[in-house]
Amino acid sequence: MYSQGLIGADGSTVEDEAFLEAFQKRIDAEQKIEPNDPMPEGYRRTLIRQISQHAHSEIVGMLPEGNWITRAPTLRRKAALLAKVQDEGGHGLYLYSAAETLGVSREELTDQLLTGAAKYSSIFNYPALTWADIGAIGWLVDGAAIMNQIALCRCSYGPYSRAMIRICKEESFHQRQGYEILLTLCRGTDEQKQLAQEAINRIWWPALMMFGPHDSESTHSDQSMHWKIKRFSNDSLRDKFVNATVPQADYLGLKVPDPNLKWNEEKQGYDYSDIDWDEFWRVVKGDGICNRDRMKARRKAHREGAWVREAALAFAEKRAAAAEAAKTAAE
Amino acid sequence: MSEKPTPLWEVFIRARNGLSHKHAGSIHAADAEMALQAARDVYTRRGEGQSLWVVRSDQIVASDPVDKDMMFEPTASKIYRHPTFYEIPEEVGNM
Ligand SMILES: [Fe+2]
Ligand SMILES: [Fe+2]
Repeated sequence: MYSQGLIGADGSTVEDEAFLEAFQKRIDAEQKIEPNDPMPEGYRRTLIRQISQHAHSEIVGMLPEGNWITRAPTLRRKAALLAKVQDEGGHGLYLYSAAETLGVSREELTDQLLTGAAKYSSIFNYPALTWADIGAIGWLVDGAAIMNQIALCRCSYGPYSRAMIRICKEESFHQRQGYEILLTLCRGTDEQKQLAQEAINRIWWPALMMFGPHDSESTHSDQSMHWKIKRFSNDSLRDKFVNATVPQADYLGLKVPDPNLKWNEEKQGYDYSDIDWDEFWRVVKGDGICNRDRMKARRKAHREGAWVREAALAFAEKRAAAAEAAKTAAE
Repeated sequence: MSEKPTPLWEVFIRARNGLSHKHAGSIHAADAEMALQAARDVYTRRGEGQSLWVVRSDQIVASDPVDKDMMFEPTASKIYRHPTFYEIPEEVGNM
C-alpha cells in the first residue's frame, strides 16, 4: 500500500554476517532477487507485509469508487469507472500472486485482512461523498499511488518489481479520467465548480498522508532502503507529488486547501503545512470515518462467496474423478 | 482458516502471432476452464494477448537457484561455442 506498506513490518533477521553480506552484495550490484533465491528472513517478512498490504489496498480501494458506478452521470463516465475499478481488482490479484511467491498462501493473506492483522492504505477509509470526489480520487489518490508505484518499479524483489511495472502502465488512465471529471465540473456552473472545490478540500490532505509518516518517524525505512525494497523516502515522494500537482490544481482554477502553500524559489519546490498526524494515526489504527464499513463489506463479500468457492472445487473434483474413471474404463 | 485452498496456475501469454508464450503471472482457480477465464480477465484487459496457456503451478519442475553454478557455470568457459572465437580474414567478407 504505497509508502504506508511498511507499517507493522518487522525487518529483524537472524542470519550470520557472511550470509547477510553476500545478500547485500547482490542488492548493491542491482541484481534482482527471485522467489527461490536465498534471502534473509527479515527481507522475506518485510516484503510479505509490504506487498500484501499493497494488495489489500487495491482490493479495499474498489469500495469507495464502486459505490458510484451505478450513479455515474453518463454512460462514458460509467464505462470508464467500471474499467478503473476492474483494474484495481486486477492490481490486487497481481500483487497477491507476487506475495505468494514468498511462501505465504492466498488464504492466509485474506485472513490477515479480514481479521485486521494486516492494514490497507488509510486513504480508503474516507468516503466518496459526491461525484466530484470520484474525480478527485482519480486525480489525487491515483496520482499519489502512481508517484509511489513508479518508485517501486525498481524494487529489488523481481516479482514485486514486475507487478509494479504492469500496474504503472495501467494507472495513467485512472488519473487522467479523474482529472477530466474535475475539468468538466470546473468548466460547468458555479455549483459544479463548488462541488469540485469541496472535493479537493476533502481529499488533499488524506492524499498527502498516503506517502506515510515523516522520514524521521518512519522506523522501518532504513533497512528497507538498504535492501532496496524501497528506493525513495516518504518525504521526498510527497514533495514530488505536491510539486507536480499544484500546477494542475491551478489549471482547474481550484484552491489547494493549505494557507501555507508557497513556492520556494531556493529549493525549487513548494513549502506546505505539516500533516495532521493525529488524524493519520487515528485512521491507520482503525478509527477513520469508514474503517468499520470497509471491513464489514470485505467480510460480507468473503462470507457470501464461500459457497461459490466450495462449489467450484467440488465440481472440479467430481469432473476429475469422472475423467479418471472414463480413462480406466477405456484401458 | 478451514477453507480448502484453491489451486494456483501459472499464466503464459502470446502477445502477437509469431512470438512465443511468455510468463505473465499466476491465478487461483478450481479447474482449467475457470483458470483460463480468470487469466483472460486479469491479464488481458488491454489486448495483451492472442493466446493463453495456463499450467498448474505444482506441475512445474524448476531448477534450484542453489545449483545455479553447477547447472550453468560450465557454459561460461566454452567460448568456442561463439562465432567470435574463430578468426576469418577480413578479405573473406561477412560470414
Ligand atoms: Fe491500482
Ligand atoms: Fe488506480
